[in-house]
Amino acid sequence: MSVVASALAMTHAGYVAAGWVIPLVVLGAYAVRTVRRGRSLANRVPPEDRRWS
Amino acid sequence: MSAHPASTSSSASRALGVLSLGGLALLLGYALVWSPADVVQGDAVRIMYVHVPTAIVAFAACGITSLASAMWLRKRSEGWWVLGGAAAEVGLVFTGLCLVTGSIWGRPTWGTYWDWDPRITSTTLLFVLLVGYLALRQVDNERGDAAQRGMRGAVVGLLLVPNVAIVHYSVDWWRSLHQPATITRLDPTIEGTMLFTLVLGIAVFSVVYVWLLLHRFRVGWLEERAGDRGIDQALIDRRAEAGVGSGGSQ
Repeated sequence: MSVVASALAMTHAGYVAAGWVIPLVVLGAYAVRTVRRGRSLANRVPPEDRRWS
Repeated sequence: MSAHPASTSSSASRALGVLSLGGLALLLGYALVWSPADVVQGDAVRIMYVHVPTAIVAFAACGITSLASAMWLRKRSEGWWVLGGAAAEVGLVFTGLCLVTGSIWGRPTWGTYWDWDPRITSTTLLFVLLVGYLALRQVDNERGDAAQRGMRGAVVGLLLVPNVAIVHYSVDWWRSLHQPATITRLDPTIEGTMLFTLVLGIAVFSVVYVWLLLHRFRVGWLEERAGDRGIDQALIDRRAEAGVGSGGSQ
Protein backbone atom coordinates (compact mmCIF):
# COMPACT_ATOMS: atom_id res chain seq x y z
CA MET A 1 0.00 0.00 0.00
CA SER A 2 2.85 2.36 0.89
CA VAL A 3 4.40 1.59 -2.50
CA VAL A 4 1.17 2.65 -4.25
CA ALA A 5 0.94 5.74 -2.07
CA SER A 6 4.53 6.72 -2.81
CA ALA A 7 3.94 6.16 -6.54
CA LEU A 8 0.89 8.42 -6.45
CA ALA A 9 2.85 11.08 -4.57
CA MET A 10 5.64 11.11 -7.16
CA THR A 11 6.41 14.26 -9.11
CA HIS A 12 6.62 13.66 -12.89
CA ALA A 13 4.99 10.23 -12.40
CA GLY A 14 3.98 9.96 -16.07
CA TYR A 15 7.53 10.61 -17.30
CA VAL A 16 8.99 8.17 -14.78
CA ALA A 17 6.46 5.49 -15.80
CA ALA A 18 7.13 6.03 -19.52
CA GLY A 19 10.89 6.09 -18.91
CA TRP A 20 10.74 2.63 -17.35
CA VAL A 21 7.85 0.92 -19.15
CA ILE A 22 9.12 1.64 -22.69
CA PRO A 23 12.64 0.11 -22.18
CA LEU A 24 11.28 -2.93 -20.33
CA VAL A 25 8.62 -3.62 -22.98
CA VAL A 26 11.11 -3.12 -25.84
CA LEU A 27 13.77 -5.34 -24.25
CA GLY A 28 11.16 -7.99 -23.41
CA ALA A 29 9.77 -7.99 -26.95
CA TYR A 30 13.28 -8.14 -28.47
CA ALA A 31 14.23 -11.02 -26.13
CA VAL A 32 11.10 -13.01 -27.07
CA ARG A 33 11.70 -12.39 -30.79
CA THR A 34 15.35 -13.47 -30.54
CA VAL A 35 14.58 -16.65 -28.59
CA ARG A 36 11.74 -17.60 -31.00
CA ARG A 37 13.97 -16.96 -34.01
CA GLY A 38 16.61 -19.21 -32.41
CA ARG A 39 14.10 -22.02 -31.88
CA SER A 40 12.89 -21.78 -35.45
CA LEU A 41 16.46 -21.84 -36.86
CA ALA A 42 17.61 -24.59 -34.48
CA ASN A 43 15.07 -26.95 -36.04
CA ARG A 44 16.57 -26.35 -39.51
CA VAL A 45 20.16 -27.34 -38.70
CA PRO A 46 21.57 -30.68 -37.53
CA PRO A 47 22.24 -31.10 -33.78
CA GLU A 48 26.04 -31.08 -34.25
CA ASP A 49 25.82 -27.45 -35.44
CA ARG A 50 24.29 -26.43 -32.10
CA ARG A 51 27.44 -26.64 -30.07
CA TRP A 52 26.09 -25.15 -26.85
CA SER A 53 24.52 -27.41 -24.25
CA MET B 1 18.20 -32.53 -20.91
CA SER B 2 19.25 -32.84 -24.55
CA ALA B 3 22.98 -32.40 -25.31
CA HIS B 4 22.05 -30.28 -28.34
CA PRO B 5 18.84 -28.40 -27.50
CA ALA B 6 16.66 -27.21 -30.40
CA SER B 7 16.99 -23.61 -29.22
CA THR B 8 19.65 -21.02 -28.38
CA SER B 9 19.36 -21.85 -24.69
CA SER B 10 22.04 -23.41 -22.48
CA SER B 11 22.70 -23.73 -18.76
CA ALA B 12 24.81 -20.53 -18.91
CA SER B 13 22.09 -18.55 -20.70
CA ARG B 14 19.44 -19.82 -18.28
CA ALA B 15 21.56 -18.73 -15.30
CA LEU B 16 22.07 -15.31 -16.91
CA GLY B 17 18.32 -15.08 -17.60
CA VAL B 18 17.43 -15.78 -13.96
CA LEU B 19 20.09 -13.27 -12.85
CA SER B 20 18.67 -10.67 -15.26
CA LEU B 21 15.10 -11.05 -14.02
CA GLY B 22 16.13 -11.05 -10.36
CA GLY B 23 18.39 -8.06 -10.93
CA LEU B 24 15.67 -6.11 -12.76
CA ALA B 25 13.21 -6.76 -9.91
CA LEU B 26 15.77 -5.51 -7.36
CA LEU B 27 16.63 -2.52 -9.53
CA LEU B 28 12.95 -1.56 -9.88
CA GLY B 29 12.66 -1.61 -6.08
CA TYR B 30 15.67 0.66 -5.63
CA ALA B 31 14.97 2.93 -8.60
CA LEU B 32 11.28 3.53 -7.97
CA VAL B 33 10.83 3.05 -4.21
CA TRP B 34 13.90 2.94 -1.98
CA SER B 35 16.10 5.64 -3.54
CA PRO B 36 15.25 9.21 -2.63
CA ALA B 37 13.91 11.88 -4.97
CA ASP B 38 16.41 14.53 -6.08
CA VAL B 39 16.30 17.94 -4.42
CA VAL B 40 16.26 19.75 -7.78
CA GLN B 41 14.76 17.25 -10.25
CA GLY B 42 12.26 15.58 -7.92
CA ASP B 43 11.26 12.06 -8.96
CA ALA B 44 12.31 12.63 -12.58
CA VAL B 45 15.79 11.58 -11.42
CA ARG B 46 14.49 7.97 -11.32
CA ILE B 47 14.73 7.91 -15.13
CA MET B 48 18.51 8.27 -14.70
CA TYR B 49 18.67 4.67 -13.36
CA VAL B 50 17.56 3.34 -16.75
CA HIS B 51 18.98 6.06 -19.06
CA VAL B 52 22.61 5.99 -17.90
CA PRO B 53 22.87 2.14 -17.86
CA THR B 54 21.40 1.86 -21.38
CA ALA B 55 23.91 4.47 -22.58
CA ILE B 56 26.88 2.68 -21.00
CA VAL B 57 25.76 -0.70 -22.35
CA ALA B 58 25.27 0.83 -25.82
CA PHE B 59 28.84 2.18 -25.74
CA ALA B 60 30.18 -1.21 -24.59
CA ALA B 61 28.27 -2.86 -27.45
CA CYS B 62 29.97 -0.50 -29.91
CA GLY B 63 33.33 -1.46 -28.39
CA ILE B 64 32.57 -5.16 -28.86
CA THR B 65 31.46 -4.53 -32.45
CA SER B 66 34.68 -2.63 -33.24
CA LEU B 67 36.78 -5.35 -31.60
CA ALA B 68 34.95 -8.06 -33.56
CA SER B 69 35.42 -6.05 -36.78
CA ALA B 70 39.16 -5.70 -36.15
CA MET B 71 39.48 -9.39 -35.35
CA TRP B 72 37.50 -10.33 -38.47
CA LEU B 73 39.85 -8.20 -40.60
CA ARG B 74 42.79 -10.05 -39.05
CA LYS B 75 41.49 -13.63 -38.90
CA ARG B 76 38.51 -13.70 -41.31
CA SER B 77 36.81 -16.21 -39.03
CA GLU B 78 33.07 -16.74 -38.95
CA GLY B 79 32.83 -16.39 -35.17
CA TRP B 80 34.07 -12.78 -35.21
CA TRP B 81 31.76 -11.97 -38.12
CA VAL B 82 28.72 -13.31 -36.23
CA LEU B 83 29.79 -11.63 -32.98
CA GLY B 84 30.09 -8.24 -34.71
CA GLY B 85 26.56 -8.47 -36.08
CA ALA B 86 25.08 -9.73 -32.80
CA ALA B 87 26.81 -7.05 -30.68
CA ALA B 88 25.73 -4.30 -33.08
CA GLU B 89 22.09 -5.39 -33.27
CA VAL B 90 21.68 -5.60 -29.48
CA GLY B 91 23.69 -2.37 -29.21
CA LEU B 92 21.29 -0.68 -31.62
CA VAL B 93 18.38 -1.58 -29.33
CA PHE B 94 20.20 -0.10 -26.32
CA THR B 95 21.26 3.03 -28.24
CA GLY B 96 17.64 3.58 -29.29
CA LEU B 97 16.48 3.12 -25.70
CA CYS B 98 19.16 5.56 -24.52
CA LEU B 99 17.83 8.20 -26.94
CA VAL B 100 14.19 7.55 -25.98
CA THR B 101 14.75 7.58 -22.21
CA GLY B 102 16.97 10.65 -22.53
CA SER B 103 14.23 12.40 -24.46
CA ILE B 104 11.63 11.49 -21.81
CA TRP B 105 13.97 12.66 -19.04
CA GLY B 106 14.72 15.86 -20.95
CA ARG B 107 11.12 17.07 -20.96
CA PRO B 108 10.71 17.58 -17.17
CA THR B 109 14.35 18.64 -16.60
CA TRP B 110 15.19 20.78 -19.66
CA GLY B 111 11.66 21.61 -20.77
CA THR B 112 12.08 19.90 -24.14
CA TYR B 113 12.04 16.38 -25.55
CA TRP B 114 14.75 17.10 -28.10
CA ASP B 115 17.58 19.52 -28.73
CA TRP B 116 20.44 19.36 -31.25
CA ASP B 117 22.83 19.32 -28.34
CA PRO B 118 26.34 17.87 -29.03
CA ARG B 119 25.80 14.73 -26.97
CA ILE B 120 22.31 13.99 -28.31
CA THR B 121 23.45 14.69 -31.87
CA SER B 122 26.55 12.48 -31.58
CA THR B 123 24.49 9.69 -29.98
CA THR B 124 22.01 9.96 -32.87
CA LEU B 125 24.96 9.68 -35.26
CA LEU B 126 26.04 6.55 -33.38
CA PHE B 127 22.54 5.12 -33.87
CA VAL B 128 22.68 5.88 -37.60
CA LEU B 129 26.18 4.36 -37.83
CA LEU B 130 24.93 1.13 -36.22
CA VAL B 131 22.01 1.00 -38.67
CA GLY B 132 24.49 1.56 -41.53
CA TYR B 133 26.82 -1.15 -40.24
CA LEU B 134 23.98 -3.68 -40.02
CA ALA B 135 22.67 -2.65 -43.46
CA LEU B 136 26.11 -2.96 -45.09
CA ARG B 137 26.43 -6.51 -43.76
CA GLN B 138 23.28 -7.40 -45.70
CA VAL B 139 24.13 -5.67 -48.99
CA ASP B 140 25.64 -7.86 -51.69
CA ASN B 141 27.71 -6.31 -54.44
CA GLU B 142 27.08 -7.26 -58.07
CA ARG B 143 29.59 -10.14 -57.93
CA GLY B 144 28.27 -11.46 -54.61
CA ASP B 145 31.75 -11.05 -53.13
CA ALA B 146 31.35 -11.93 -49.42
CA ALA B 147 34.89 -10.78 -48.58
CA GLN B 148 34.25 -7.29 -49.97
CA ARG B 149 30.92 -7.10 -48.14
CA GLY B 150 32.67 -8.16 -44.94
CA MET B 151 35.42 -5.58 -45.51
CA ARG B 152 32.94 -2.71 -45.93
CA GLY B 153 31.02 -3.77 -42.82
CA ALA B 154 34.20 -4.16 -40.77
CA VAL B 155 35.48 -0.69 -41.74
CA VAL B 156 32.22 0.89 -40.56
CA GLY B 157 32.41 -1.28 -37.43
CA LEU B 158 35.84 0.20 -36.67
CA LEU B 159 34.38 3.73 -36.81
CA LEU B 160 32.08 3.03 -33.86
CA VAL B 161 34.70 3.39 -31.11
CA PRO B 162 35.95 6.84 -32.22
CA ASN B 163 32.33 7.95 -32.34
CA VAL B 164 31.75 6.66 -28.80
CA ALA B 165 34.74 8.78 -27.70
CA ILE B 166 33.16 11.81 -29.41
CA VAL B 167 29.85 11.12 -27.61
CA HIS B 168 31.62 10.80 -24.26
CA TYR B 169 33.77 13.93 -24.56
CA SER B 170 31.17 16.03 -26.42
CA VAL B 171 29.99 17.59 -23.15
CA ASP B 172 33.55 18.75 -22.39
CA TRP B 173 34.50 19.84 -25.92
CA TRP B 174 31.38 21.87 -26.79
CA ARG B 175 28.78 23.97 -24.98
CA SER B 176 26.12 21.44 -24.05
CA LEU B 177 22.71 21.28 -22.43
CA HIS B 178 23.61 17.78 -21.26
CA GLN B 179 25.20 17.38 -17.84
CA PRO B 180 28.90 16.36 -17.66
CA ALA B 181 30.10 12.97 -16.38
CA THR B 182 28.37 11.90 -13.15
CA ILE B 183 30.21 8.80 -11.96
CA THR B 184 33.19 8.26 -14.26
CA ARG B 185 35.25 10.93 -12.54
CA LEU B 186 37.14 10.39 -9.28
CA ASP B 187 34.72 12.51 -7.27
CA PRO B 188 31.19 11.39 -8.29
CA THR B 189 28.47 14.05 -8.14
CA ILE B 190 26.01 11.62 -6.51
CA GLU B 191 26.39 9.44 -3.44
CA GLY B 192 24.67 7.04 -1.04
CA THR B 193 21.59 5.13 -2.20
CA MET B 194 21.45 7.09 -5.47
CA LEU B 195 25.01 6.09 -6.39
CA PHE B 196 24.33 2.48 -5.36
CA THR B 197 21.14 2.35 -7.47
CA LEU B 198 22.95 3.75 -10.49
CA VAL B 199 25.81 1.24 -10.18
CA LEU B 200 23.24 -1.56 -9.66
CA GLY B 201 21.45 -0.41 -12.82
CA ILE B 202 24.68 -0.53 -14.84
CA ALA B 203 25.42 -4.05 -13.51
CA VAL B 204 21.88 -5.35 -14.17
CA PHE B 205 21.61 -3.93 -17.69
CA SER B 206 25.08 -5.32 -18.45
CA VAL B 207 23.87 -8.82 -17.48
CA VAL B 208 20.74 -8.31 -19.63
CA TYR B 209 23.01 -7.29 -22.52
CA VAL B 210 25.24 -10.35 -22.13
CA TRP B 211 22.14 -12.60 -22.03
CA LEU B 212 20.75 -11.01 -25.19
CA LEU B 213 24.17 -11.09 -26.89
CA LEU B 214 24.56 -14.80 -26.13
CA HIS B 215 21.19 -15.64 -27.69
CA ARG B 216 21.69 -13.27 -30.64
CA PHE B 217 25.15 -14.70 -31.32
CA ARG B 218 23.69 -18.21 -31.43
CA VAL B 219 20.89 -17.01 -33.72
CA GLY B 220 23.55 -15.55 -36.05
CA TRP B 221 25.54 -18.77 -35.92
CA LEU B 222 22.42 -20.81 -36.79
CA GLU B 223 21.60 -18.38 -39.63
CA GLU B 224 25.04 -19.01 -41.15
CA ARG B 225 24.60 -22.80 -40.78
CA ALA B 226 21.08 -22.70 -42.22
CA GLY B 227 22.36 -20.54 -45.11
CA ASP B 228 25.17 -23.03 -45.85
CA ARG B 229 22.68 -25.91 -45.79
CA GLY B 230 20.41 -23.96 -48.14
CA ILE B 231 23.27 -23.49 -50.63
CA ASP B 232 24.30 -27.15 -50.31
CA GLN B 233 20.72 -28.27 -50.92
CA ALA B 234 20.38 -25.93 -53.92
CA LEU B 235 23.60 -27.40 -55.42
CA ILE B 236 22.32 -30.94 -54.88
CA ASP B 237 18.98 -30.03 -56.49
CA ARG B 238 20.77 -28.33 -59.42
CA ARG B 239 23.03 -31.36 -60.01
CA ALA B 240 20.05 -33.69 -59.79
CA GLU B 241 18.21 -31.56 -62.35
CA ALA B 242 21.27 -31.49 -64.62
CA GLY B 243 21.60 -35.29 -64.24
CA VAL B 244 17.97 -35.80 -65.15
CA GLY B 245 18.31 -33.36 -68.06
CA SER B 246 21.41 -35.07 -69.51
CA GLY B 247 19.81 -38.49 -68.98
CA GLY B 248 16.71 -37.38 -70.83
CA SER B 249 18.67 -36.10 -73.84
CA GLN B 250 20.46 -39.39 -74.46
